[in-house]
Amino acid sequence: MQPFTTLTGVAAPLPMANVDTDKIIPARFLKSINRTGFGKNLFHSMRFREDGSENPDFVLNQPAYRNAEVLIAFENFGCGSSREHAPWALLDFGIRCVIAPDFADIFHNNCFKNGILPVRLPREVCEALMDDARLGGNARLTVDLERQVVVRPSGEEIPFEVDPLRKHLLLNGLDDIGQTLQHAGAIDSFEARRKTEQPWLAG
Amino acid sequence: MSAQAPRTLFDKIWAAHVVDTLPDGTALLYIDLHLTHEVTTPQAFEGLRAAGRKVRRPDATLAVVDHNIATDETRRTGIGDAESRLQVETLERNVAEFGVPYIPLLDDRQGIVHIIGPELGRSLPGMTIVCGDSHTSTHGAMGALAFGIGTSEVEHVLATQTLLQKPAKNMRVSVDGDLAFGCSAKDIVLAIIGKIGTAGGTGHVVEYAGDAIRALDMAGRMTVCNMSIEGGARAGMIAPDQTTFDYIARTPHGPKGEAMEQALRWWRTLPSDEGAHFDREVKLDAHAIAPQVTWGTSPEDVLPITGAVPDPEEAADEARRAQLRRMMEYMGLTPGQRLQDLPVDVVFIGSCTNSRIEDIRAAAAVARGRKVADNVRAMVVPGSGLVKKQAEREGLDRVLREAGFEWREAGCSMCLGMNPDKLKPGQRCASTSNRNFEGRQGQGGRTHLLSPAMAAAAALAGKLADVRDWQPKGEA
Repeated sequence: MQPFTTLTGVAAPLPMANVDTDKIIPARFLKSINRTGFGKNLFHSMRFREDGSENPDFVLNQPAYRNAEVLIAFENFGCGSSREHAPWALLDFGIRCVIAPDFADIFHNNCFKNGILPVRLPREVCEALMDDARLGGNARLTVDLERQVVVRPSGEEIPFEVDPLRKHLLLNGLDDIGQTLQHAGAIDSFEARRKTEQPWLAG
Repeated sequence: MSAQAPRTLFDKIWAAHVVDTLPDGTALLYIDLHLTHEVTTPQAFEGLRAAGRKVRRPDATLAVVDHNIATDETRRTGIGDAESRLQVETLERNVAEFGVPYIPLLDDRQGIVHIIGPELGRSLPGMTIVCGDSHTSTHGAMGALAFGIGTSEVEHVLATQTLLQKPAKNMRVSVDGDLAFGCSAKDIVLAIIGKIGTAGGTGHVVEYAGDAIRALDMAGRMTVCNMSIEGGARAGMIAPDQTTFDYIARTPHGPKGEAMEQALRWWRTLPSDEGAHFDREVKLDAHAIAPQVTWGTSPEDVLPITGAVPDPEEAADEARRAQLRRMMEYMGLTPGQRLQDLPVDVVFIGSCTNSRIEDIRAAAAVARGRKVADNVRAMVVPGSGLVKKQAEREGLDRVLREAGFEWREAGCSMCLGMNPDKLKPGQRCASTSNRNFEGRQGQGGRTHLLSPAMAAAAALAGKLADVRDWQPKGEA
């Protein structure tokens, strides 16, 4: 996993609540057996018209936001299915950070496993950041994970919370399976104990 | 005081599965059962292979194909779509290489992963159950802690049989009183989501309680728990009781004899203690719930069938007004339109929400001796090969076919637009599935979520209809 330390980039405003995973990437595009290549279908129904051409009204099709690395949206971002294809599609497009008032739990979890930082900030702060983002490609935001701040184009710093363990894994790009396998002894003894206490679970 | 503080069902199952606790409070949680399917596993197995890791507990893992497959006779001659075929073949290669038990497509036990777990007796009370699918919450109906995970976590469970998890908050949704005529478990859960909203359960595990929940059979309890994710909850669960134990006793893999006695001694200790703390409580009166139907593109946009499409201009703020206007346009609706006047093109009875034998019986009871309207394509897709066989033993397939319904093979089918069963752009569908998101059942498709009996009534009426006007006939 690519570490996430500090990101300075263009932010795209997506002023919608309940952006669901089918909107992020529709199920018909989930048939790949790889983790890459999903970016071309990111937000497919909003990004493309029925004839397959780009919808010029959609934010990521506008020249200023085509290389956006941050997305700002409203409540309950990523609701719906558990598909990790949603963060894979964002990442493949180039989005490394999503800022919203809150996120659906599974999507939030999946982001951290893929080097994407989801940042929870109050609705009014998201609105202010969207106003910044509407200034276009010159209004770049900085997201500093180490210091846990979002830096506005004006230089104002907005602090955010992040789980310490997840921060550590993200800053260092660590695989959490490796982390867990350090507890292999504890897993072994837990399993041995359960085998006697709950024999009906065996195979 | 020496006695332990009162605990919830969730607290007890959680505590019984903590292998280790990290300094920041994150738990290493042991997973008893890992269900897998073709869509969310290829990258996980690939990760194991790249790192030279094995599946730690193949015996606690079960694989099946359900999302990608056709539900008609063509499944016997191979999968037409090249990408779908590759995904299924990849799963078959992976389960063979890693020694994971697998139910193949043409096996009688094949079906939707969330139907077969309980049906086979693999999903049991007190267990932790995960699957790379958000509707894993279904298994919470057994009195288990069951939740959906992403593919990276699938890989983590395959490699370690554990997950790194922060404890959830406890929420209790109590539904008391007798369920009104014409209503079912689906109406209960749609009413709950209508009340709490699609983010109402975020960060919480929901325990469903109250005498209306206790009165549900296991199929109904699974329908309720299935849609926990549509209310934003991490998981939904129902305390195990005699209904649960009797169900397990009839399953092929459920514990038997002394093992069952031993299991029962633990299972009976699981229900939430008197006075246990819930971070949030929500109460509903079952009798006040009328047959429900969604009108918008989020499951929270739900109304009684007697209702009318709301006016976006009456919404509180501009963001919500804009959202509602977009929904109206997508759904092809105008404010004030009566829901019962909306003609439907397709009726879909199936999905992990409503494809059990009880659901098919409910649909057949309404359809018996009647005909599907000329303008409607109506399909019934059993949740598993075993459900299909049972329905055929009961003659329900004949009742449904005679009424003009298609009788299909088991799979996810038209729930999610990933296999040949899809809506065409602009088609309106009365569906017993769980999501009405834009494009969910096929690009441009318009979904109205409702119960199996309501779906059958819509098929007969050719439009959304009140099932209370379509009482079963013939056997009275």
